[in-house]
Amino acid sequence: MTETAARPNRFAAALKEALMAALLAFVLASFMLGVRTVDAPGGLSYHYRPGLLAAAVAFVFFGRLFLRLVWWKDERSTPKLYSTLTEGMAKFTSGWGRFLAPAVIIGAFVLPFVASRYVLDTSILILTYILLGWGLNVVVGLAGLLDLGYVAFYAVGAYAYALLSTHFGLSFWAVLPLAGLMAATWGMILGFPVLRLRGDYLAIVTLAFGEIIRVVLLNWYTVTKGPDGISGIPRPTFFGLQFKRFGEHTFHQFFGIEYSSMHRIIFLYMIILLLALLTSYVTNRLRRLPVGRAWEALREDEIACRALGINTTNTKLTAFAIGAFFGGLGGSFFATRQGFISPESFTFIESAIILAIVVLGGMGSQIGVAIAAIVMIGGFEVFREAAQYRMLIFGLLMVIIMVWKPRGLVSGRMPTIFLGSERKQVSGDLVKEGEG
Amino acid sequence: MEYFLQQLINGLTLGSIYGLIAIGYTMVYGIIGMINFAHGDIFMVGAFISLIVFLILMSIGVTFIPLALLIVLVVAMVVTSAYGWTVERLAYRPLRSSFRLAPLITAIGMSIFLENYVQIAQGARVKPLQPVITGGYTIMQGNGFTVQLSNIQIIIMVLTVALMAVFSWIIARTPLGRAQRACEQDRLMAGLLGVNVDRTISLTFVIGAALAAVAGLMFLLYYGVIDFYIGFVAGIKAFTAAVLGGIGSLPGAMLGGLIIGLIETFWSAYFTIEYKDVAAFSMLAIVLIFLPSGLLGKPEVEKV
Amino acid sequence: MTDAILKVEHMTMRFGGLVAIDDLSFDARRGEITALIGPNGAGKTTVFNCITGFYKPTAGMLTMTHEDGSTFLLERMDDFRITRHARVARTFQNIRLFGGMTVLENLLVAQHNKLMLASKFTIGAILGIGGYRGHEKEAVELARFWLDKAGLTARADDPAADLPYGDQRKLEIARAMCTGPKLLCLDEPAAGLNPKESDDLNKMLLGIRDEQGISILLIEHDMNVVMGISDHIVVIDYGKKISDGDPAFIRSDPKVIAAYLGVDESEAGELAS
Repeated sequence: MTETAARPNRFAAALKEALMAALLAFVLASFMLGVRTVDAPGGLSYHYRPGLLAAAVAFVFFGRLFLRLVWWKDERSTPKLYSTLTEGMAKFTSGWGRFLAPAVIIGAFVLPFVASRYVLDTSILILTYILLGWGLNVVVGLAGLLDLGYVAFYAVGAYAYALLSTHFGLSFWAVLPLAGLMAATWGMILGFPVLRLRGDYLAIVTLAFGEIIRVVLLNWYTVTKGPDGISGIPRPTFFGLQFKRFGEHTFHQFFGIEYSSMHRIIFLYMIILLLALLTSYVTNRLRRLPVGRAWEALREDEIACRALGINTTNTKLTAFAIGAFFGGLGGSFFATRQGFISPESFTFIESAIILAIVVLGGMGSQIGVAIAAIVMIGGFEVFREAAQYRMLIFGLLMVIIMVWKPRGLVSGRMPTIFLGSERKQVSGDLVKEGEG
Repeated sequence: MEYFLQQLINGLTLGSIYGLIAIGYTMVYGIIGMINFAHGDIFMVGAFISLIVFLILMSIGVTFIPLALLIVLVVAMVVTSAYGWTVERLAYRPLRSSFRLAPLITAIGMSIFLENYVQIAQGARVKPLQPVITGGYTIMQGNGFTVQLSNIQIIIMVLTVALMAVFSWIIARTPLGRAQRACEQDRLMAGLLGVNVDRTISLTFVIGAALAAVAGLMFLLYYGVIDFYIGFVAGIKAFTAAVLGGIGSLPGAMLGGLIIGLIETFWSAYFTIEYKDVAAFSMLAIVLIFLPSGLLGKPEVEKV
Repeated sequence: MTDAILKVEHMTMRFGGLVAIDDLSFDARRGEITALIGPNGAGKTTVFNCITGFYKPTAGMLTMTHEDGSTFLLERMDDFRITRHARVARTFQNIRLFGGMTVLENLLVAQHNKLMLASKFTIGAILGIGGYRGHEKEAVELARFWLDKAGLTARADDPAADLPYGDQRKLEIARAMCTGPKLLCLDEPAAGLNPKESDDLNKMLLGIRDEQGISILLIEHDMNVVMGISDHIVVIDYGKKISDGDPAFIRSDPKVIAAYLGVDESEAGELAS
């Protein structure tokens, strides 16, 4: 009864809302989409694009109407599909969850032998971001320190390998830990003066630091070759065996198999997979140690930490250094995979993407970070065809996912120790995000 | 001395533009405590709208420059404000009183979106504009060097001072300003006392965007060339300025903007232009280490 | 057993022009429960913040003396060093637990310094040398001991934020005890507790004093707690000490009554008699 009475009302309200939205869209799009500036002799000229403007306004109008009338059936209720999906997920993870991680890892090891080159390349990229996400997760997710300049450590790792290998002929495996340590050292050098800053002050200083590193790389021509970048960075070797068609000590000769360019890709894939798993293992181990618990305590309440005798500066520094260490590993891998690096690759947008992966995934959750990396970076690759639009979609996706799930995709927290035998999660709503 | 004076003038002009953008950051931060990362791109949108409106006016025959500029200013402020309002409504309001990092991520997402939206809509190439306001005064001459104060520089500085005065007055004296300050102190309580919190926050974004549009127009007139990427760099500088001055403080934002503008200009003039950003950012780090709440920010007493 | 574990001498704390603490001197005696009372805004929490290093007093001396005679000048130490070396632990007026961590985790974080050494600053424990596991087990045992005292054993694996208010207060005390303090500073431990919980708290505090031999300094408004368990009471008002003595003395001191009732001293004298 009431429903039928309410229907025309609801329709009218929706129509009104859609009209308002269309009006707003008209204002927004009027000059930006309705007019196109073009280069012309003697300055700029322009032409009108009424069709595009009309299309944009119409899109907003019907989009809004659709959302109001079809999607949000009731006022602000979550779509049914979503709730059944999450319930199903919860059931699945509680029952089969413990087999999930091993299954995924085994799958990850099998993948390179069945996947195509394209899939493998994408997987390597995704794994690189998973590694970086897990590294940054230590800083942002566990210790609750907002770092907007994480790419700086990535850059330090990449340039460390590029310079040490091209100048001194050091191998990838020798440089890898070194690059990590160098990045960690930088993390400490940066961290020491700024870690007593709180919240967004820390964020802006780390951002500034990231920019400083990039500007230095860009301008210190004698060492970094500036914008030209460093090329000819050696590829990693398999116990001294090279992945080349010709030459001595090659992989295919040693094993007596036919040369395939896939060997090198598979090898790179394995390296990054192992590095990512190492990151995951070390982080999980650290979480169960006093230092890891202190990180999380710091995120929860810094003042209480100090009252318990915890040196918060040191604790923050270790989080920063460990996070930077993994960033350095990722950077070295990036350099050896690309064979060429330039400051272009280390812009703020990289930091933003890595941070977005951590937050979208659910701070502190490794599985969440992995899922977010697959969704964001994988999605990014899917839209490769629409190259022009993919950053646009990427930005939009960040907004939509965040509005949809502000606490990230996986938000629960697994305690690090249990007195009883039952292992239960802490609901994400109770976990704080830190102020640093 | 002449060289120094000239750099001082240039620095103050650049600083004024930074300051105007910084006000948008500082007001938003003051009221909802978030870094509105998309604000730099709102500035960029403002510059583009200004450019397009100006082109249209020129071609339809409005060639009386002061009138044209006035129309450009008003239209750019209105349209850019609509962008500011929309960004707040879509990306920030749903996350109000949520997780602190969530709006930061949507802000970064919005920033990426706006940059690429403008790039797609208007093309990636730089957009030049022939000089609109020309002429100026020679203040001093000597040692083979002339100190010039151009008309556009005068306009930028005067307009900045005037806008600062107006907005300081709004914050200090009007009901809107009172509502804003109340929301800054305690949003929940302000709401309970009948302040329309959503509207106040929306208005804050609108004001910030309007000022950014002014800054965008001035940037366009001063440099004569814009592209879709100007928002990022200017945004970071302006945010740095806001933090330097003490975030949440209006005069602080202006002061921070001027300092950043001066550092950049002087560093470029006397040292190397390549490292001017390094100089500005290092200054920020140094100030924050010694004055953790910025130059004019209220020192934060730790509540135990 | 009447030597002072904590001596506060001529302590003054100014915030800008405001004098929050004005030339305050008192002793907290070893093995006793000392209560710091006074009307709202008298500066009690500021005294605590100075003792535990969160504020640096503008002037004055705060000396902590252990049984072995070693002394610590608290006004010169960082907050975390005060807990670590001078062995002063505290709780907060507005409870500060690690809400997203479990009860047990809260108690392990409190043993951070001990465990950090045991883990050879993480490196040993990562490499699996140095017998960290045994140390962790001991730490869990200590946590279990305090969980039993606080009656929270059944909730060890629940997030701290899920506990009811009274249990959170008790957990905070248990957590402070896990740092192994010699002086325990409690900021309004009974605030918001019902009479039953407040009685439990009294028992717990007396237990801490008598069984563990820990001295306690507490701020409290609940006179049931203050008069019931304190050995010694210090009354401050407007940052100045106005009275100092045992509960019976305080109860009849006209100056105290005046401060609490807001009347002149002479009138209060009449009231008391």
